Amino acid sequence: MKELFFELSQSWQLEPLEMTGAIALWLVVVSAIVLSFVATFAGVTSWVERRVAGRMMSRIGPNRVGPQGFLQWMADGLKCFLKEDVIPNEVDKPLFRFAPYLVFTGTFAAFAALPFGYGIVAADLNIGIFYVTAITALVVIGILMAGWSSNNKWSLLGGVRSAAQIVSYEIPSGLAILSVVVLAGTLNLQAIIAGQGGFPWDWYIFNNPFTLMAFFIFFASILAEGNRTPFDLPEAESELVAGYLTEYSGMRFVFFFFGEWANLWVMSALITTLFLGGWQIPGVADLAGVVAGVQGAAKTLWILLSVVVFFAKTLVLVFVVIWIRWTLPRLRVDQLMVMCWKYFVPFGFLCMMGSALFVLIAQSPLGETVHLVVRLALTGLGGLVLLLFVRRTILNVRELQDPFYFKVLE
Amino acid sequence: MSFSNDILTLMLFLAACAGLVGFMLAFSAILGPKKQSAIKDEPFECGIANVTPYSGNFSVKFYLIALLFLLFDIEIAFLFPWATIFKSLGLFGFIEMFVFLAVVVSGLVYAWKKGALEWD
Repeated sequence: MKELFFELSQSWQLEPLEMTGAIALWLVVVSAIVLSFVATFAGVTSWVERRVAGRMMSRIGPNRVGPQGFLQWMADGLKCFLKEDVIPNEVDKPLFRFAPYLVFTGTFAAFAALPFGYGIVAADLNIGIFYVTAITALVVIGILMAGWSSNNKWSLLGGVRSAAQIVSYEIPSGLAILSVVVLAGTLNLQAIIAGQGGFPWDWYIFNNPFTLMAFFIFFASILAEGNRTPFDLPEAESELVAGYLTEYSGMRFVFFFFGEWANLWVMSALITTLFLGGWQIPGVADLAGVVAGVQGAAKTLWILLSVVVFFAKTLVLVFVVIWIRWTLPRLRVDQLMVMCWKYFVPFGFLCMMGSALFVLIAQSPLGETVHLVVRLALTGLGGLVLLLFVRRTILNVRELQDPFYFKVLE
Repeated sequence: MSFSNDILTLMLFLAACAGLVGFMLAFSAILGPKKQSAIKDEPFECGIANVTPYSGNFSVKFYLIALLFLLFDIEIAFLFPWATIFKSLGLFGFIEMFVFLAVVVSGLVYAWKKGALEWD
């Protein structure tokens, strides 16, 4: 992004003062692009999620507004503008009004440092992953604020439950991130991707048995941090009405869900970046070298290809997260806490130290060979599990013999 | 030429996020109806009048979780610099971190034995 700006600005030959203005304008444009991308993604995902949920429950889902109901999210958004913003008498008004700002900003600000492709990032921070974990913690404060200020029993219970859950799972997810950072030796998200390769055995997930374990710990923890099923206790509608959202209505209510759907992208993009090779194109060993070697349209095409790869991986993960939500039942609050503190935290420490041990093994003589064998073996194992899963699915579908399941769109 | 200042982008991004929320809320405040009534403005309690007054009390277990979180999250913040330069530290860094984590994990074991992790 920055390189593009430099090329453009040099061709314009601006004065220093004009340059400052151009930088400011450029920053505004970048922010606007990223924000509108996230807003659109959150909206479209709300429709996708409802359609997928419909299919999984053997019903159709929204299909009236636009082709296949695609414009449903716009209709919902517009409708919410026209709704009354009810603020009950008992609430702590300043906090109640302020909470949606924190939840929304906490999730959306993460996008400033998230990569979208080779060199495509709004702010290429050297502490990228640290920034993302830090800024998304704003959401906890927003949720606690919403729960506390509502002066309502359900809101308070939902708020403190959610806060306890999010902060607890921050520890295993931090440890899982650390087991990747140990391998990459950097906190910069672009550099973490650059440390991996295009093929699965070059990804950090299959780097060693401990990162494979860290991948699952990270996936589960980040689901819990995003309050997604099976960890959506704060919104357990059968016991807490709507948790911390109970007193919210209209646009303020929408911002919490905006955050939730935007968070789907954040979690999927983080998993892609840390474990699944990010924008690395299979067969291209050194994308930076390739991009530096070509000019003009070829350069744009290479970068575009990296964006396509990144988006493909991320969108598959978004679908998996939605799939998990509509498949698994909700955990109980004591199970949730036991799982975090008695299993994920000790195993998280183990992952980090194991990962560090593998760095030492790889550095030793003969280490390269051992490491390659381990990586190939783990990739083979992963491929085998995937193959068995696909086979089981095909068998199940064949047994079912219900044509309804094959019509995705209706 | 201080364009490398990514912090500026971040600040602008945060301001843009908050601005967007403010703008959309203002927009909905203009468009939406405003009809107050005594019943509508009551705190929600399953559609009936409040039976018990709101006290703001909640279980002490949440405090315990918050304390544990503070301890362990600070440890993790300390681990980030170590993880970044681990490759150049080698075996020395590994052993040193092993000792450090032994102390931290014994803290977790202590909390576990004391029953701080039980939830009933």
